Amino acid sequence: MTEVYLNGIYAGEVEDANEFIQQLRNERRKGILSNNINFKYKENEDGIYVESSPGRARRPLVIVKDGKSSLTDAHIKQLQKNELTWKDLVEQGVLEYIDAGEEESTMIALREEDITPEHTHVEISPMLMLGLCTSLVPFSEYCPSSRINGGSKNQKQALGFYIANYPIRMDMDVSLLNSPQKPIVQTIMHDISEYNKHPSGQNVVVAIMSYKGYNMDDSVIINQGSIQRGYGRSTYYRPAVAEQLRYSGGLVDEIGIPDKDVKGYKSEKDYRLLEDDGIISSETTVSEDDVLIGKTSPPRFLSSMDEYNLAVNLRRESSISMKHGEKGVIDFVLVTENSEGNKQVQVRIRETKIPEIGDKFTSRYGQKGVIGLIVPHQDMPFSSSGMIPDLIFSPHGIPSRMTVAHLLESVAGKVGALSGRYIDGTVFDGEKEFDLRDELLRHGFRENGTELMYNGITGEAFEVKVFIGSQYYMKLKHMVSNKMHSRARGPIQLLTRQPTEGRAKEGGLRLGEMEKDTFVAHGASLLLKERFDSDRTILPVCEGSGLLAVHDTFRNKKFSQILGEGAEINDIEMSYAFKLFLDELKSLGIYPKLVLKNKY
Amino acid sequence: MSIYTEFKDKMPAYLLEEVKKKVPDNISDKRLKAILERIADEYKKTKVEPGECVGIVAAESIGEPGTQMTLNTFHFAGVAEMNVTMGLPRIIEILDAKKTLSSPMTEIFIKKSVANEKNVREYAIRIVERTLESAIDSIEINITGQRIDLQLKSDKLKDYGLTKGQIIKLLTKNLKGVTVKEKDDIITVSLKTKENLINDLYTYKEKIKGMYISGVKGLKQVLPVRKDDEYMILASGLNLREILELDFVDSERTRSNDIYEIKEVLGIEAARQAIINEVFKVIEAQGLNVDIRHIKLVADTMCQTGEIKGITRFGVVNQKASVLARASFETPIKHVIEASLLGERDELTSVVENVMINQPIPVGTGLPGLITKVK
Repeated sequence: MTEVYLNGIYAGEVEDANEFIQQLRNERRKGILSNNINFKYKENEDGIYVESSPGRARRPLVIVKDGKSSLTDAHIKQLQKNELTWKDLVEQGVLEYIDAGEEESTMIALREEDITPEHTHVEISPMLMLGLCTSLVPFSEYCPSSRINGGSKNQKQALGFYIANYPIRMDMDVSLLNSPQKPIVQTIMHDISEYNKHPSGQNVVVAIMSYKGYNMDDSVIINQGSIQRGYGRSTYYRPAVAEQLRYSGGLVDEIGIPDKDVKGYKSEKDYRLLEDDGIISSETTVSEDDVLIGKTSPPRFLSSMDEYNLAVNLRRESSISMKHGEKGVIDFVLVTENSEGNKQVQVRIRETKIPEIGDKFTSRYGQKGVIGLIVPHQDMPFSSSGMIPDLIFSPHGIPSRMTVAHLLESVAGKVGALSGRYIDGTVFDGEKEFDLRDELLRHGFRENGTELMYNGITGEAFEVKVFIGSQYYMKLKHMVSNKMHSRARGPIQLLTRQPTEGRAKEGGLRLGEMEKDTFVAHGASLLLKERFDSDRTILPVCEGSGLLAVHDTFRNKKFSQILGEGAEINDIEMSYAFKLFLDELKSLGIYPKLVLKNKY
Repeated sequence: MSIYTEFKDKMPAYLLEEVKKKVPDNISDKRLKAILERIADEYKKTKVEPGECVGIVAAESIGEPGTQMTLNTFHFAGVAEMNVTMGLPRIIEILDAKKTLSSPMTEIFIKKSVANEKNVREYAIRIVERTLESAIDSIEINITGQRIDLQLKSDKLKDYGLTKGQIIKLLTKNLKGVTVKEKDDIITVSLKTKENLINDLYTYKEKIKGMYISGVKGLKQVLPVRKDDEYMILASGLNLREILELDFVDSERTRSNDIYEIKEVLGIEAARQAIINEVFKVIEAQGLNVDIRHIKLVADTMCQTGEIKGITRFGVVNQKASVLARASFETPIKHVIEASLLGERDELTSVVENVMINQPIPVGTGLPGLITKVK
């Protein structure tokens, strides 16, 4: 007797396990049972597990009967004529969905040729072993898996036409490629996923050579002419949001141009772009510090006394303005309400990003790199037929990474461009290298993809032939203009008086523990002190009590809180962080007594 | 000779000795002097300058290559071999002065006069710790007879150099409250107290099995190996004191990898050298290049009190004079509170304290001061 479990719950027993499984299978294939059911016989437990619960990962497979695939040429023809649908195939028992449990009891052939009498199923296509992004990498069987992995990851970061209703969306931090192209070298997945309707790259002529040495260490050289013709141009969108919040006591934020007597009023120049309603109008060019949405908030701490105090009862400035180093054009203005019913203003800023040194580009094989140099069109090397590459890739990126598909795509792209057709680079089933080479030869080119090229500056021919072809390159969302950052002077933190942290706050770059150690190791004592002078303070210290004294700047008198005005008080230089540390000790009830001594 | 004495204070004695040996006997005084002057000059150049931050330099010199070290435990190929902790875990083990090692090991060198393959194998068998279990053919609890019956393997006993009589003696000596008798090859152990009889029989059975009979206590596994044309024994486990007393052991070279054991048996100076050797062994095995003087400095720091102090908050860091320096390295509150209870005074003589209060640190260019008083 074999126990039967339905979704893990005991349901009953059957006499002959194999017969029961066979019956279940036949009835599912005939459509008597739902095709959502999967089952498995566990021999060691002598139990049959029938699963119909939601949430199982299942995949379709072609059923093999008597060593033959049940998907025949007749089916294919009917499918092509639209006489048959996927659903029909499932109902006819040609395809079935198998879950992870049932897969244990199957024998799946990768291709139809591999089928032996032992096989129970055959894959629809060997390509199905790959995911969506990885299927979008042509000729990936010619690459190490690690590179395909990287290439798949890079594709997700590529700028493209990611969504069609972008004008009515307020997406944060997104870019659109201005002129995306379909790839010349494609896989079947580009059709299935409708990638061609929302591509995210451009076909460029790539020469694999070094030129002026500016494509060392994974950087690339780009033709300025190509950029001027629009290559790699993208538009960056970023919204700014302001809400009219309600506070306790009936106080409310107010969107509008702030009055001059508002606390924290910037300057008239900063507010010049605002309309009467305190919101900027669309198609206005803005740059750093310009106010986008004028807003004032009620005073922060309102005590009962303040209500009678006219001087303190001032509103605070809380406008939304362009951050440091940002520029752009106002793209879209939206006045709406948020879920709490407060007035909400959204402003979208648009900025055209032209490729510049430091922007990141990649092919589909994890061969990513940043622009190292933009060469004027006339200085770029050219081939004997007058072809000028858009991009120069370093040959040192190839041998250690072994991305053969990168080279093959280049040849295939060249063939596709010359023949005016798309090349099929589907994994395992793509066009063959031999055929591509042959076709290239028939177009009058060297079959190995190399060409004689000339130095664009001197006009001399290079001694070696240069490998040149057409490849699909993508611009990645990491652009220098969003990342570069420097600071000489700038804002400091309120508590520690040390510089703020991070690009958004115009922060400093921390000289950390280990960096400090290098100064110490060099014995550069005074240099180290200077580096840490960012929170330097000079404080009066009472010599008698060893505690910080008070400097009354109004009367210009110093006095000790313990020994009074007669105490001997000296000004001492220390870091503000240390002063805080002393305060903290005092709050612990510890008496940190400073003993002063003349250094000289 | 006079020329040599002239240079006595300018270089260490061993350098002078070396020069004496290498220089031809008939060298002229002028040339000898020139040579010695040159050597004295070179020697002076290799000296550390006053104010040089040797500690930080040592830390950086060990730390930077340390980032490249693999975290893997190193495995010897083969079945009968031993696994030794190497790489970063081993370095941490040594420098933190861990009391229990993850792979305690002893390298036993054999006296050259008796070192041959046959002898080494025999020694190896002799020193490994044996329990009675390995010599027992059968052990049974005889419930009707209220005793434990055991039969020994006579060939094994022979290997261990023991007789049945000795085993019986050992049993009577080690187990209390039992009577041991021998009858027709079977040794019977019966209990004197009959309370809790069955339970006691079981516990005594285990005790008998685990009883130590021969070898060096602690050496769980031994491996005779041939290393550089010489036979030696690698043993996992520690017992340096007893091993060194064995007559065939070369007590000058035999060592274990436990720093504490070396300190107990051979003293703190040996422990210092052991730290240097063990750390250097790991660094060398990783193919890294760290100057041994950095490691020596660390070992000196760890051993300077006469006790082994790890580079941890309980060890070396706890020895620091400055409250602020101690507080800046882990558990600050503990140190601050302790200092306030004792009324400690920080003289601000070291680096960390001065960085904290933003004063010039007393190393390198910050070390020298003005002698002239400023009015």
